[in-house]
Amino acid sequence: MSEPTQSSPTRPPTPSALSSRSDRQFEILILALASVIVLVFVLSIYLLGSESWPALQRFGLEFFTQRTWNPVEGVFGAVAMITGTLVTSLVALAISVPLAIASALFVAEYAPKWLANPVGYLIELLAAVPSVVYGLWALFVIAPVLSRWEQGFFQDPARLALYTSCKNLWDSGSTTLQCFFVPSTFDGRGLALAIIILTVMILPYTASVARDVIRLVPQEQREAMYALGATKWEVISRAILPYARAGIMGGVILALGRALGETLAVAMVIGDSQDVLKSLFGGASTMASVIANQFGDAQEALHRSSVVTLGLTLFFLSVIVNYVARLIIARLTPKGIQ
Amino acid sequence: MTPILSAKNVNIYYGDKQAVRAVDLDVQRGTVNALIGPSGCGKTTFLRAINRMHDLTPGARVEGTILLDGQDVYGSGVDPVNMRRRVGMVFQKPNPFPTMSVFDNVVSGLKLAGIRDQKRLMEIAERSLRGAALWEEVKDRLKTPATGLSGGQQQRLCIARALAVEPEILLMDEPTSALDPASTAKIEDLMSDLKKVTTIVIVTHNMHQAARVSDTTSFFLNGDLVEHGVTDQIFTSPRDERTEAYVTGRFG
Repeated sequence: MSEPTQSSPTRPPTPSALSSRSDRQFEILILALASVIVLVFVLSIYLLGSESWPALQRFGLEFFTQRTWNPVEGVFGAVAMITGTLVTSLVALAISVPLAIASALFVAEYAPKWLANPVGYLIELLAAVPSVVYGLWALFVIAPVLSRWEQGFFQDPARLALYTSCKNLWDSGSTTLQCFFVPSTFDGRGLALAIIILTVMILPYTASVARDVIRLVPQEQREAMYALGATKWEVISRAILPYARAGIMGGVILALGRALGETLAVAMVIGDSQDVLKSLFGGASTMASVIANQFGDAQEALHRSSVVTLGLTLFFLSVIVNYVARLIIARLTPKGIQ
Repeated sequence: MTPILSAKNVNIYYGDKQAVRAVDLDVQRGTVNALIGPSGCGKTTFLRAINRMHDLTPGARVEGTILLDGQDVYGSGVDPVNMRRRVGMVFQKPNPFPTMSVFDNVVSGLKLAGIRDQKRLMEIAERSLRGAALWEEVKDRLKTPATGLSGGQQQRLCIARALAVEPEILLMDEPTSALDPASTAKIEDLMSDLKKVTTIVIVTHNMHQAARVSDTTSFFLNGDLVEHGVTDQIFTSPRDERTEAYVTGRFG
């Protein structure tokens, strides 16, 4: 070691009063900067809370159980938006997680280096594409495909009969599982398009986190399984994935948080309707999409307050998701590795 | 008696670099065989050739013949996965599977082999844990996470895991280098029992350990197998002056 140590004869004298004073100043500066974050957090809760107060006072818990959202009559209930947010996010998550883990395994375990790096880079690039571009892509590329299928549906006499019977059910305020898969629009926009676009948008978050934690699994863990006579797949499923599961879960939660809050792309494609689980190929709405689509037009105080209450709900939903995620990750983390 | 392990003219390369040169070595059944030598001498490289671990390292290449009970480990048509089931391995650092219980760790090799019968798994787990002198310490906590054990217990758990599949040969790569003296002594004591059920090849950088536990010793230097013989002879009357220099502590 060529570095001078503390006990070397050239050791500088004890810290002067000057340096101790600058230490103190730095401490205050850092404290002030850190306080800004706390302040912003507290302020945003306060503002959301006070702005939502009129709506909460008026509707109480009914805000969360009422299906009607009618600015004209001044009745606001968030069931459609809460359901829409949860359904789009969870279904998109369910589709994207297996894809993300598969792509992470390909990049980390199977692909040769010359292929792994560009593929990994491309997956990360997906996260850098702006929301509005995803929205446009969905409207101009995927929506026409869905729309063609939906229009074909209405042209087939047998299917049209099915649609008619579902339409009667929908109009009477009920539905069946089969009707959920019957289109209620023919422009391609709706729940399905929102789910597709969310799936693609959140894929890179899970994929890149999963790839990194899979690469961090110690070589000894892989070798231990190989030495017992495991095939490559057995090493992956019994040694690598269990070891990496807490980290992968972290990536899944990151993606869920992203999906719950995704605003612009979803607002562009979801069709903005207050139907609750009416049709997979029909309009719906999420909390974020309603905020984006209605906040600017909300002239009336109660309407505006109700939109802000959606924001407050979304905020608490995200906090709860993060908290539960921490608990899950703590449980999944392997402890006491030597 | 035919040797359980017989290496003939084994050369091992990492890319262009040769790590092991023309090694001939026979290992007899039921013995403990130590591979000693300074760091980078090729002893671990040779050990890992026996169960084809080099297949996992890009650029690594093994030439020559290694016979395990008469069968060529690198023969055409030999599946490395099936081959590794016949060879147990214990690593430098204890590496139990951290998300599995003590029991699941021990039987992980059996599950790979397709054994599902719980009663049978339990019998083998107990026998293997007894074989690794760990049963008394863990019999009441078989379902608890393996990482709750101490480092020395974890290493004996890894020995039990290797024993569970009844390997024809047990490879140990500096198994005590990460352990405290008390845990080291326990594992050294264990070896004389282990050789009743299997054959051990152990890499060690600790010459005293080699002298204490092994029947034969092979001294590696710069990729060459300099000398191989009965342990007493290697340590008391080595034939090669390089061996003498090493075992008397003049280098390495």
